[in-house]
Amino acid sequence: MLTILALASVILLGIVPQQSEAIVIYTGWERHALVGSDIRLSCSFFSWRWTSDDVTFSWSYRADGARDSIYVFHYTGGAPYVDNKGPFRDRLEFVGNPGRRDGSILLKNLDYGDNGTFTCDAKNPPDIVGRASSVRLLVFEKVPIQAGVITGAIIGAVLGLLVLVVVIYYLMRFLVARRVFNLSVSKHGKKGKGKEGSQQRQ
Amino acid sequence: MLLLLLGIVILHIAALVLLFVSTIVNAWTTGSTSSSDLWNNCSTTNGGYHCAPANTGEWIQAVQALMILSIIFSFISLFLFFCQLFTLQKGGRFFLTGVFQIFASLFVMSGAVIYTVMSPTWVHGSEAFGWAYIIAWVAFPLALISGLIYVILRKRE
Repeated sequence: MLTILALASVILLGIVPQQSEAIVIYTGWERHALVGSDIRLSCSFFSWRWTSDDVTFSWSYRADGARDSIYVFHYTGGAPYVDNKGPFRDRLEFVGNPGRRDGSILLKNLDYGDNGTFTCDAKNPPDIVGRASSVRLLVFEKVPIQAGVITGAIIGAVLGLLVLVVVIYYLMRFLVARRVFNLSVSKHGKKGKGKEGSQQRQ
Repeated sequence: MLLLLLGIVILHIAALVLLFVSTIVNAWTTGSTSSSDLWNNCSTTNGGYHCAPANTGEWIQAVQALMILSIIFSFISLFLFFCQLFTLQKGGRFFLTGVFQIFASLFVMSGAVIYTVMSPTWVHGSEAFGWAYIIAWVAFPLALISGLIYVILRKRE
């Protein structure tokens, strides 16, 4: 019975990768940053295949309001190639680890003109079919409080206080009941629980 | 006796419904072409009707939280009322129910006050307050009266 199960699972594991051979790329959805700061845009992928030596990463950038995108980073053949002519020359750095499927880049000294969409595309031959993933960069003068943070904090604090009050109330009732029990026992004699009770009180 | 009970429950539920409507409907301030509330700033421009999320400032989030808390406390108060109806001894007071309802009314009041004071920062000064804002102010005394009645009421038979 067990051997049949083991055999079936091995066969399934062998079959499934052949059918779902698509690479899945993960980046963030949106990133907020302050003017003048640095930001790390992360990109990683999931693939059923082992990480090959020919793994490639590409980052392209489309400014807000622009119609087309330009490539700003490419990693291939084991070497990274950063932007040396475009809007990010001298400001882009590769901080990823392709062996660990990480193709993250670091943008330095951000400006309002860097608002836009960054798209990461990764290929892990022979696993090359997949969708590129985009992350939107928003540059602020002052990072605004995200919607709902304070709302949630206030509601959580008040309800937490309520729960605390209820718990303390029932705890006090429980303790008072126990104290009464200890008092009545110690009156009869200083043995066993009575002694324990007085020691506890001290 | 039953009539009194029914009346009190109807008052409580009326306050609860007013709180719900006030929190949800988009009519805290209205202008000739726009309306805004705790959650959205909507306006009809040349391109049509479109809404943007309300300014994510600290104060409007505090108002959101206070309105939601008042709804929650009013719900808890209603639930406690039915609990206490069946478990309270004869002659006992619906103290806990009343306390929660009074808290709900205080939250609505503070929410409405904060909104009144801070609204010039997120809507145009020329816009008038809408009916959802008025309903919030009406819900406050209703909830307060309902809470006080609970505190004064004594259970009979």
